[in-house]
Amino acid sequence: MATFDVNRRKLLSAGVALGSVAVSASTTTQARSIAGAVPWEPDQAAAPPAALAGTSPPASFFTASERAFIDAAVSRLIPQDELGGGAKEAGVTVFLDRQLTGSYGKARTWYMQGPWSEGTPSQGNQSRLTPAQTYRAAIKAIDSYCQKTFSNKTFAQLAESQQDEVLTHLEKDEIELEGVKAKSFFEALLQNTLEGFLSDPIYGGNRDMVGWKLIGFPGTRYDYRDFVSKHGEKLALTPVGLKINPQD
Amino acid sequence: MARKLPPVDVVMVGFGWTAAMLGQELTDAGLKVLALERGTWRDTSTDFAVTFAQDELRYYYRKALFQEPAQETLTFRNSANETALPMRELGSFLPANGVGGAGIHWNGQYWRFLPSDFMARSHNIERYGAGAIPDSMTVQDWGVTYDELEPYYDKFERLCGISGKAGNIKGSIQNGGNPFEGARSRDYPNPPMQMTYGPTLFAEAARQIGHKPFACASANMSQPYTNPLGVTLGQCSYCGFCEKYGCGNYSKASPQTTILPVLMRKPNFELRTGSEVIRINHDKNSKRATSVTYVTEQGEEFEQPAEIVVMSAFILHNAHLLLTSGIGTPYDPQTGQGVIGKNYAYQIVSSVDVFFDDKIINPFIGAGALGMAIDEFNGDNFDHTGLGFIGGGYIALWNTNGRPIETHPVPEGTPKWGGKFKKAVAENYLKSATIATHGSVMSHRGNHLDLDPTYRDIHGRPLMRMTFDYTDNEHKMSDYLTDRATEIAKAMKPREFHAKKREGHYSIVPYQTTHNTGGAIMGSDPKSSALNRYLQSWDLHNLFVLGASAFPQNPGYNPTGTIGALTYWAADAIKNQYLKNPGPLVQA
Repeated sequence: MATFDVNRRKLLSAGVALGSVAVSASTTTQARSIAGAVPWEPDQAAAPPAALAGTSPPASFFTASERAFIDAAVSRLIPQDELGGGAKEAGVTVFLDRQLTGSYGKARTWYMQGPWSEGTPSQGNQSRLTPAQTYRAAIKAIDSYCQKTFSNKTFAQLAESQQDEVLTHLEKDEIELEGVKAKSFFEALLQNTLEGFLSDPIYGGNRDMVGWKLIGFPGTRYDYRDFVSKHGEKLALTPVGLKINPQD
Repeated sequence: MARKLPPVDVVMVGFGWTAAMLGQELTDAGLKVLALERGTWRDTSTDFAVTFAQDELRYYYRKALFQEPAQETLTFRNSANETALPMRELGSFLPANGVGGAGIHWNGQYWRFLPSDFMARSHNIERYGAGAIPDSMTVQDWGVTYDELEPYYDKFERLCGISGKAGNIKGSIQNGGNPFEGARSRDYPNPPMQMTYGPTLFAEAARQIGHKPFACASANMSQPYTNPLGVTLGQCSYCGFCEKYGCGNYSKASPQTTILPVLMRKPNFELRTGSEVIRINHDKNSKRATSVTYVTEQGEEFEQPAEIVVMSAFILHNAHLLLTSGIGTPYDPQTGQGVIGKNYAYQIVSSVDVFFDDKIINPFIGAGALGMAIDEFNGDNFDHTGLGFIGGGYIALWNTNGRPIETHPVPEGTPKWGGKFKKAVAENYLKSATIATHGSVMSHRGNHLDLDPTYRDIHGRPLMRMTFDYTDNEHKMSDYLTDRATEIAKAMKPREFHAKKREGHYSIVPYQTTHNTGGAIMGSDPKSSALNRYLQSWDLHNLFVLGASAFPQNPGYNPTGTIGALTYWAADAIKNQYLKNPGPLVQA
């Protein structure tokens, strides 16, 4: 039976040396014991990735025809117009290419064990495909649908009004696609397009902060204390990014 | 085979808010305390420094700070008639992973529960008669009162440096505070935050139609603050990256910014990261937990004996670990017998977007707990006679953020894409705000947690299965709140507004809130609760289960204030009662 004799207990009984900084990180794994200090080591900051340079980084995920599809589709979701550049001009295709190559595309953090079953809308995504597999299968199936429906033209070759028609069918789940649910793909594409248009430019989209400038978001400024009391004033702050200098 | 390690006085499973608080208290009492955390070490300068903390894609949309379903998830269904399926990616709620837990990525919205919340069953029956709570609602009293917890709320507020204005000091109503709150012994340690335009407009409108708006209490600092442990937090810079993000500015109370700089240096404290507890070993004869078994990232298994075992993980893990360790009797919704997994509850939220032509709101000047609220329709602050529901919630205009991927409200009827959508986002981003309702969820017989018969986790254990849906009581209550919020929206005289009621079944897909509660509830009878009033297991007297898993139902406030108060309350009981005479603190 346990007894607690706190008064007589020696605090330093269990192998923790007084005065020493006993941070013993295992060299090969994350399992580690930390005692006697707040751990800190140089160069351990989990900084974000380096900013993408230039306007045409090498394609790593999309094939040329897939790239044409994405360019065309995101141009309809967020078009270039009198307000400024759209998703394509913002580099959303590059953004998507990078995302689908990386851990998001591989669904690295998702629970991907079977058995598989569709379930109810309340139960969420039950597809066995990763985002990368979903994009690949959906683009192929949509181009195949377009070729059958529009005298052998791919989605990218259609007129804008026809592209909008196809996208609307996808949104409403009115097209049967082989191996992938039209609505699920459409929702992922739209969400990822918004991400690419409005995320920090280091990820390849939101080029020249076109998305942030469109709406008036000043970016990753971290201190607005001077502006809290300026109720109702248009501040017109130039946006700043994590790694990219402000530009007008 | 698990390697058996030398015993410690106290082992804690999971190292977030509650473990940091209890670890600090029990090391002060001279005990050797070990925390086991499955995730990694995390700190401000390395993991969410101000030079890169404000990254919407990385932290929210790619979920850098949260639990990964690949590592642990649960299955979900709305009712027992359905087959539960895995939550394959996060959605409705965001459990944490790593040191600091959800204390890193909360908004900092700080509330105390109402005195009547702790007596939800007896209070409602006394006021409205026995019919107020039908048999299908398994609402229970907590076994602890507001007055008993008051000193512990106060202590947690000092630890965190809560910024706010008291509404009731020792029974005397204070101008500018929440007049409905329970009596407090003194004011908050810091004044309220400076208010931005959106909440100011909300408060003016609410006042015009007869309500009593107040500045919400906030764990974002209104000014620099040094807490009783000697740890200093900086003034909030209103950057608008709180919930789902770590604060790069040391301005949001978290384990890292309030306790860890002291606790980590103590010689009688140790933390092991990358160490996931998979079982609590126990001896039914002696009614004691004997040890915990944990697995490291490289797959090594260890057995860690301890005199006291503390479950201090998120509620879903506490409940899962109790179920998989075979502690207590699992709850059976058919018979109503058993306690582990009983009374799982959540929150029901709705909103009203308001759009102005002539008012620039600048939503990006924000903070997680920056807002004005009214509390007229929370708990039993209003007469429920004839309304057909119990419970309630607050109505607030929080100016949490203008993060553009997440926050770009558009008027009703706007297409979801294309030129019209783009134009609507561009026109409304700076000129819109959102009124939120934050409602209670009462416990219901069918809403519960148990083990899934089909799906397994990476350790081969059954996943936990969540069976949950909103019932008539919640929908009626939430609709009532949304209607009241709409009245305030109209009084704000916007160009237009868009009320978004919470309709239909609960869905695990859209983010709502990480206020999951229940599963290991506290109470005064071992037949109907898993824990006694000191969060001590009725079955194993040296096992304490901290956190919102103890809530018998979920009131209409954010939970962290009460989680903090209950933790200090339990710490006091362990230090001043249990250590002197280890055994049940309440006789069944």
